[in-house]
Amino acid sequence: MSYKAKFKVWRGEGGEGKLEDFTVEVNEGEVVLDIIHRLQATQAPDLAVRWNCKAGKCGSCSMEINGKPRLGCMTRMSTFTEEETITVTPMRTFPVIKDLVTDVSFNYQKAMEIPSFTPPAGVRPGEYRMQQVDVERSQEFRKCIECFMCNNVCHVIRDHEENKTAFAGPRFLMRIAELDMHPYDVADRQEAAQEEHGLGHCNITKCCTEVCPEHIKITDNALIPMKERVADRKYDPLVWLGNKIFKRSSK
Amino acid sequence: MTQTTPDAPVRRQRAQIKVRTLRTDRWWIAPLLTFLALTAFLVYGVWAILDGSYFIDPYIAPFSSPCLSTSCVEGARLFGWAPIGDWYTLPPGLLILGLPGGFRLTCYYYRKSYYRSFWLSPPACAVQEPHGKYTGETRFPLIMQNIHRYFFYAAILIGAILSYDAILAMVHKPQGLGSWILLVNAVLIVAYTLSCHSCRHITAGRLNHFSKHPLRYKAWTFVSKLNAKHQPLAWASMFSVMGADLYVRLVAKGIIAFPFA
Ligand code: SF4
Ligand code: SF4
Ligand code: FES
Ligand code: FES
Repeated sequence: MSYKAKFKVWRGEGGEGKLEDFTVEVNEGEVVLDIIHRLQATQAPDLAVRWNCKAGKCGSCSMEINGKPRLGCMTRMSTFTEEETITVTPMRTFPVIKDLVTDVSFNYQKAMEIPSFTPPAGVRPGEYRMQQVDVERSQEFRKCIECFMCNNVCHVIRDHEENKTAFAGPRFLMRIAELDMHPYDVADRQEAAQEEHGLGHCNITKCCTEVCPEHIKITDNALIPMKERVADRKYDPLVWLGNKIFKRSSK
Repeated sequence: MTQTTPDAPVRRQRAQIKVRTLRTDRWWIAPLLTFLALTAFLVYGVWAILDGSYFIDPYIAPFSSPCLSTSCVEGARLFGWAPIGDWYTLPPGLLILGLPGGFRLTCYYYRKSYYRSFWLSPPACAVQEPHGKYTGETRFPLIMQNIHRYFFYAAILIGAILSYDAILAMVHKPQGLGSWILLVNAVLIVAYTLSCHSCRHITAGRLNHFSKHPLRYKAWTFVSKLNAKHQPLAWASMFSVMGADLYVRLVAKGIIAFPFA
């Protein structure tokens, strides 16, 4: 049941590095992270890899396996043939600290740039009354484990480092959508989504949705609805007129 | 081994991997097929618009419906109505082409498909795009994609007209294969139209308190279910409209001529 697999693993400090070849034992039921750990234990004691739960819930072990962003702990070896060479590299979009470990502080920076939940003045914690149907949409987004693979795969910043200042990435545009849809949030999110966090850069090509390990429909349920809300606000003369005449707001 | 500190310049660098992608699967198949299918649709569309055999009682080819000019034969006109006079001598299909065309062109799903397959931006996930600069939909012309909802309103009308055409054909020739083809096409077109993201937004997506609008919430729930199938509906309705259109034209030309055609 066990066999020897061929691996290529990115090794190096900072961005400089190269793919190193390994031949390593694989047993039934193992995942890629197990194999990386076996490499550490037997052949490369200084191989750096970030991990924590080994259950697909902490979002630490994001890496790229055969070129695709994956959680190392959730990628079964049985999805590869025994002859296949498996290439493991760090996430491409973020700077490398060492080997498979990247510096994901870009994401924390972007998280900080989004104003937090803003309830109406006068409503104190404990006084919120919400119906399940009103918060259901946001709850899908709360499943996020912050693995940052969506931001990693998004071509807006993956292929264009220079867009990093202007673009928050799908993870945080989804956060904005979550707050904008929240029945008790009163902050103006729509203008900021477009002008400060770069929603317009997204061309809805759905790679974020494809890689999300929590299967959140990021594009369909967060980004496109947010684009529609922004269109109401900035690009639709009829909605603008309606809001003027009926003195209504979209909240 | 050298030590790096968090602020060393090398720590600000991504992995210097020199290839566009390390993917080993055949990621190029999907964009290639999409490219071929969309190109076929465009080529067929151009031919169909210029083709004159768009009507054979009781069928009207979907690409040329509604037929709005005096040059349209009596039975092809919508309610016998011809608002565009003699002066108009171009193919009547051209008059309305912009509406369903614009609807699909600005559709969120078609955008994804042609950005990927025609513009390679990106060709597939984790495959580097070939462009040096990228501004997405932040500026002209792509910022115009935001008017999609207006095309949606027009598409509702077109959907209604195609349904009317199909019902009319059904009433006049229930035994005709063409009537059934038009009917299936109308159902798919309407389903595609209702599954639109703008439709989802308009029904209730723009609200934050579903509980205060139970009817709109119901509609939203229904549209959301359809919306999850937007991609397959886009393809199905694209092939059905092409198929139905071709069928009517072939019957009109006498190429298809069996008794129940
Ligand atoms: S859908 Fe938008 S945010 Fe998601 S990966 Fe594509 S461009 Fe990036
Ligand atoms: S949205 Fe999905 S892919 Fe993005 S960080 Fe959260 S769990 Fe990861
Ligand atoms: S180790 Fe926690 S998600 Fe993989
Ligand atoms: S028709 Fe596709 S999103 Fe509107």
